[in-house]
Amino acid sequence: MPANDAHAARASVEVTDLVKRFGTFTAVDRVSFQATRGEILGFLGPNGAGKSTIIRVLCGLLRPTSGRAIVAGLDVASEAEAVRQHIGYMSQKFSLYNDLEVIENLRFFAGMYNVPNHLAQQRIAGAIAMAGLAGHEHDLTGTLAGGWKQRLALGCAVLHEPAILFLDEPTSGVDPISRRHFWELIHQHAAAGVTVFVSTHYMDEAEYCNRLALINRGRIVAMGTPAELKRHAMKGTLLLARCDPLGPALEAAQTAPGVMEAAVFGNALHLTVGDPRTAIAALPAYFTRNGVRCADLEQIRPSLEDVFVALTGVRPPPAGGPAQ
Amino acid sequence: MSAGRLIAMARKEFIQIRRDPRSLLIALLLPIMQMALLGYGISLDAKHLALYVYDQEGSQDSQALLKHFQASQYFDLIRTVNNYHDLKRAIDSEQCKLGVVIPFDFSKRIRDSGSASVQVIVDGTDDNTANLAIGYSQAVIADYSAGVQHDWLTTQGLPVAGGGGLSIEPRTWFNEDLESRNFIVPGIMALVMALVGALLTSLTIAREWERGTMEQLISTPVTSREVMLGKLIPYFVLGMIDAALCAAIGVWWFEVPFRGTVWMLALTTALFLAVVLAIGFVISAGLKNQLAASSIALMVTLLPTSLLSGYAFPIEQMPAPIRAITYLIYSRYYVTILKALFLKGVGARALLGEMTALAVYAVIAGFFATRAFRKTLV
Repeated sequence: MPANDAHAARASVEVTDLVKRFGTFTAVDRVSFQATRGEILGFLGPNGAGKSTIIRVLCGLLRPTSGRAIVAGLDVASEAEAVRQHIGYMSQKFSLYNDLEVIENLRFFAGMYNVPNHLAQQRIAGAIAMAGLAGHEHDLTGTLAGGWKQRLALGCAVLHEPAILFLDEPTSGVDPISRRHFWELIHQHAAAGVTVFVSTHYMDEAEYCNRLALINRGRIVAMGTPAELKRHAMKGTLLLARCDPLGPALEAAQTAPGVMEAAVFGNALHLTVGDPRTAIAALPAYFTRNGVRCADLEQIRPSLEDVFVALTGVRPPPAGGPAQ
Repeated sequence: MSAGRLIAMARKEFIQIRRDPRSLLIALLLPIMQMALLGYGISLDAKHLALYVYDQEGSQDSQALLKHFQASQYFDLIRTVNNYHDLKRAIDSEQCKLGVVIPFDFSKRIRDSGSASVQVIVDGTDDNTANLAIGYSQAVIADYSAGVQHDWLTTQGLPVAGGGGLSIEPRTWFNEDLESRNFIVPGIMALVMALVGALLTSLTIAREWERGTMEQLISTPVTSREVMLGKLIPYFVLGMIDAALCAAIGVWWFEVPFRGTVWMLALTTALFLAVVLAIGFVISAGLKNQLAASSIALMVTLLPTSLLSGYAFPIEQMPAPIRAITYLIYSRYYVTILKALFLKGVGARALLGEMTALAVYAVIAGFFATRAFRKTLV
């Protein structure tokens, strides 16, 4: 149906060979991807990988150096102003007005998005309910705790009911309970047909996304559902080795025959090997020869963190971990 | 241009000004302080100059001369000394601006020849005051001397010259009492408006960049023109309130006459505000840093306005090249207008040139202001 097609176009994003350079530094390097209506697309990558830059280009805040980015059916390079009417954006740093009351911030952004008066009141009430800020309408925004601030920022970004949401590390520096609460809100919006882009460096959050784009040094190094990434993104097979002492074990493992990569995870080693059967047979003896006791050696399914480390060479920051 | 967005922008800015003590201080206290400080501090009049007298004779004639000095509002006879040394010390230590020395043969010479000399020693450190002191003392002595001549001619049985000769009957227009305050206070108003207008707006865009709120703001469909106008409306209103405040202080506190019409004052002030607000906005959008922006704003408004607008230092007395530069200083037109409105009470027709100049500046500054703010990062 045409009406549905129009909806789908408004909520879709299509990026082809996008490049963004700052002087000689290439922040985004020939990036291509698509997102469709109601999808949650996660940008996962270390700091400085280019996640924020991609989001800013898609929001029309930065002009692309080359390539095409079609957001909500509009070219961000030539129709940035029109794009803004259809998107909601939460910047990495909290950027509402701390010296305004909660309700004043909401009214201001309703005004900026030209939400008609008769709708504004109802949507502001909805945003307050969503953020759990009922009774705090007249609190100064600066006095709110982190989780509330983030939810208020989301509330401000969706007052005009955008088809696409760009959330740049929306949960950084927020406690685990608030983070889970925030992700419930993201899922609610996606269920209502909003396409959501989320950048994060938290592994547990990445699992909540429908699809992930793993970004390193301005390029998408892998893309797929979390399950696909875990299954296919890594070369070789992953082994878990419980060794003692851990330090010498890592050193030994890095030079062990048949081991492509070795990294410490918690109190054990994760080893990437080409042939798991040979490795499991040979490694215990190798460790013993090097003075390391190896209690346990088994094949495991890689986690997103394994994929992240294998593809970026960067250890992700300690995750706050979802609340139990 | 959306009225809704404009109103939302202006309302937000109003709330922020209201909650920011620094902005309130600049907007409301600064004008009062400036008016008071400059209104009292700058006086180009020399009145009540401290005067020491070394009367070597102490006769009736010398006392009569001193009475003339005492009667003048320009001099305050502080003390009589008995030697040159004390007089010198008083001038050195700035206890007096001038000393009058009456010679021991003062009355004898008057009686014999009808003429005598009086020595006046003036502290010339400040040439302006010194010139005035010399002028005033000459006037006082000339006044006394006329009486002496008249008496001498009479006692000598000679005819008193009367009726003949020319005399000037000066009549001062517009500032009848020749009060320098009447001349300066309207100028101070221009100074205050330039200072407050540019200083406040210089913070407005830079503040959003510094606090990180700009990124969220420019992700909305608001246009750069709406941001500019929405932000300037509250400052314009504040500026007009400040103008009213300054005018009120000038008229009711400093008792400067106001002979123009209020609507002409409002119209020309609005033009001038448009210029300084736009300048402040351009600086703020260009620098993105509150401290740098406010310093530059001070430099481009306060400095030229205080030195080259003619508010206290007459443009006519400046060397030709400097005089040429003053035509570029937007505040000079407003200062001229204010002085005319306060003191002369002329109408729009007489001020058409100045008003046109201000309007041209407003258009130019407004043009740059619309260009200065771009809705992109970096």
